[in-house]
Amino acid sequence: MNKLLTTAAVLAIAVGASTVAASARDQVQVSGSSTVLPYAKIVAETFGETYPNFKTPVVESGGSGAGIKEFCKGVGEDTVDVANSSRPIKESELKSCADAGVKDVQEIRIGYDGIVFATDIKGPDWALAPKDIYTALAAQIVVDGKLVANPNTKWNQVNPALPDWDIAAYIPGEKHGTREVFEEKLMTGGCKATGAADAIKKLGLDEKAAAAACVKIRKDGKAIDIDGDYPETLARIDANKTGVGVFGLAFYENNADKLKVATVEGVVPSTETISSGKYPVSRPLFFYVKKAHLGVIPGLKEYVDFFLNDQMIGPDSPLVEYGLVAAPDAERKAQRDAFAAGTTMK
Amino acid sequence: MTDIALNPAAPASARPARRDIGLKRRYAAERRFKLYGIAAIAIGLFFLVALMYSVFSNGYTAFWQTEVNLAINLDPKIIDPDNKRATDPNVLLTANYPILARNALAEKLGVPATNKPAMRELGKLFSEGVRGQLRDLVVANPSLIGTTQSVWVLTGADIDSAFKGQIDLTVDQTRRKVSDQQVEWMNKLKGEGAMSQRFNTGLFTYGASSRPETSGLGVALIGSLYMMLIVLCLALPIGVAASIYLEEYAKKSRLTDIIEVNINNLAAVPSIVFGLLGLAVFINFFHMPRSASLVGGMVLTLMTLPTIIIATRAALRAVPPSIRAAALGVGASKTQMVFHHVLPLAAPGILTGTIIGLAHALGETAPLLLIGMVAFVANSPVTPLDPSTALPVQIYMWANEAERAFVERTSGAIIVLLIFLAVMNITAIILRRRFERRW
Repeated sequence: MNKLLTTAAVLAIAVGASTVAASARDQVQVSGSSTVLPYAKIVAETFGETYPNFKTPVVESGGSGAGIKEFCKGVGEDTVDVANSSRPIKESELKSCADAGVKDVQEIRIGYDGIVFATDIKGPDWALAPKDIYTALAAQIVVDGKLVANPNTKWNQVNPALPDWDIAAYIPGEKHGTREVFEEKLMTGGCKATGAADAIKKLGLDEKAAAAACVKIRKDGKAIDIDGDYPETLARIDANKTGVGVFGLAFYENNADKLKVATVEGVVPSTETISSGKYPVSRPLFFYVKKAHLGVIPGLKEYVDFFLNDQMIGPDSPLVEYGLVAAPDAERKAQRDAFAAGTTMK
Repeated sequence: MTDIALNPAAPASARPARRDIGLKRRYAAERRFKLYGIAAIAIGLFFLVALMYSVFSNGYTAFWQTEVNLAINLDPKIIDPDNKRATDPNVLLTANYPILARNALAEKLGVPATNKPAMRELGKLFSEGVRGQLRDLVVANPSLIGTTQSVWVLTGADIDSAFKGQIDLTVDQTRRKVSDQQVEWMNKLKGEGAMSQRFNTGLFTYGASSRPETSGLGVALIGSLYMMLIVLCLALPIGVAASIYLEEYAKKSRLTDIIEVNINNLAAVPSIVFGLLGLAVFINFFHMPRSASLVGGMVLTLMTLPTIIIATRAALRAVPPSIRAAALGVGASKTQMVFHHVLPLAAPGILTGTIIGLAHALGETAPLLLIGMVAFVANSPVTPLDPSTALPVQIYMWANEAERAFVERTSGAIIVLLIFLAVMNITAIILRRRFERRW
């Protein structure tokens, strides 16, 4: 026992000591958004298969905010090289980056992602407009010219064309990047369309408070925040056949045998309608690169070049097949040129 | 439950009349209590069975994967069109291997190469992983070029799901990931015996992948193994040394009381807190690499230490003082007393505590999130300093995937994790049964 303990202790110390001599990193380290993760994974995997001399990049998942925070920790081998994000980086985040020494950040837009409403496949067809969504899900709506707490309990009270279903909407939770798009494109739009925006302004709120009041979701259990990912939303729809869920286009397309998609303002969501701008609820996807790491971390520059290649994000690429909406040709070229020129964010 | 054996069947007539001592009521209370106990156990069992059923019914299919047998002609005109393989080693690495598989499949199904749309459909029948498979075959033995080899090739994940009946084929073909044409081919190949389910060794060897059929637990298993070794090497000696000191040497004072309270507190701290600590200390201060199983192991060590210390102290305390007194009485020093007598007697208890602590650490994801181990890692780690993931992390990542084929893999991975946990806990029970002493 005595000897055993001593050996174990020596081993422990040896393991501890070996850490001091941490080896140089030889693969790209990526962190960030779980929306961008499936795309980044495809690129990382193909990159590893295409370039036998580079290791496959490591792609962490943790959300846009957490990823950018890691990204902004500083410059050096023990910090990440790339941050994926489903929203543009914020002014405050850029500032904290600069404070930590990450002064040169290159922004790259990879394409677009659509947000769709879907119901169980056996349900009737749905045609939604931002004002329906606002009237069904907002905390306060205008009835007879007055602002009141949302009284609607059924979808056909919102719009007679909708089915006689109890309102049960599974929407992305507040930590999701998708929530911002949902608020910005649907709630704000619906707020204006229904006249609630004017009614709120009359209450004497300043601009910021009025905008916040417009995107306030009802809290009486009719709109359910989903903090997990889309599989959880799908499970909720499976359990409640009269529920309406919010999904990413790629997720919907992978599960089209279980879900029926709703049109928004009469437009069916698809990669074509999103890239042409007809479908209103979409958002750009980004990643951010540390310029100081280019040429230091082996494979980083090649990884970014490979990501921007039309083979990856062009119209017939594996990413588009998965559900990414390709940016127009000119925009893709502009992104490539900007990266090659080393354009950084101000 | 009570051990007192009462005999209610004794003849009442033989006894004189007795005052009422509430016997009936007390028996009724006892029966009620037994019923409550049985109900509690039944509820527990029900949920256990429900969990097991849902995991196993979803997951057992993950251990078999649909493959298709192809006679692939390793045509030198496609692998090496310019005949440069003698001088340029990259030719064999970058050759267009999927075309070979597609041509073999087209020949088998009688699809003309000029029918472009059909060829594209055909290309989705088998996995893109065929590139790596054929490349490894050719690189290992270049003399195979020009011959025809019979190879089992993985089918695409959607075909696999359809083959296993996990995709609803009654809905319109535009609404599902497999077309009617592909289903027809699939059934034809199945009828010929060229497409069948084979044991999925890839589940245990492949790393993470965006393609369900070529993703596996390989990296996660190695990462979990490294972390368990590190936890064992660090937590056991530190934990045992700390407990021996606290139990046998330290005088009881306010300081040891505070330490004791803190250890008990730490055992109940949410594991994510240890992740935050690991991020701040190991990565930001000591500049250790992100996503490495070494850092993961150290974080889990911190988490497991309180469990091991508490178990070890309980085991040491269970050794009767007479043993200590006897050892000291025949002239042993305190250290000899501890290491020659007390520790060997406490060893089964210490080992049990350690194994339970390890099993706990094996199932943790939260502390690994912040140190970058919840990640897509495709390359197998060689040393504990290389990026890797862990078993529960892989389950979490797969649970969030969109493709149908990941559903069964998630449950399959849970089965693997449950088997590991069961083996560890059974070992703990056997050790305790075998070596435990009662005084």
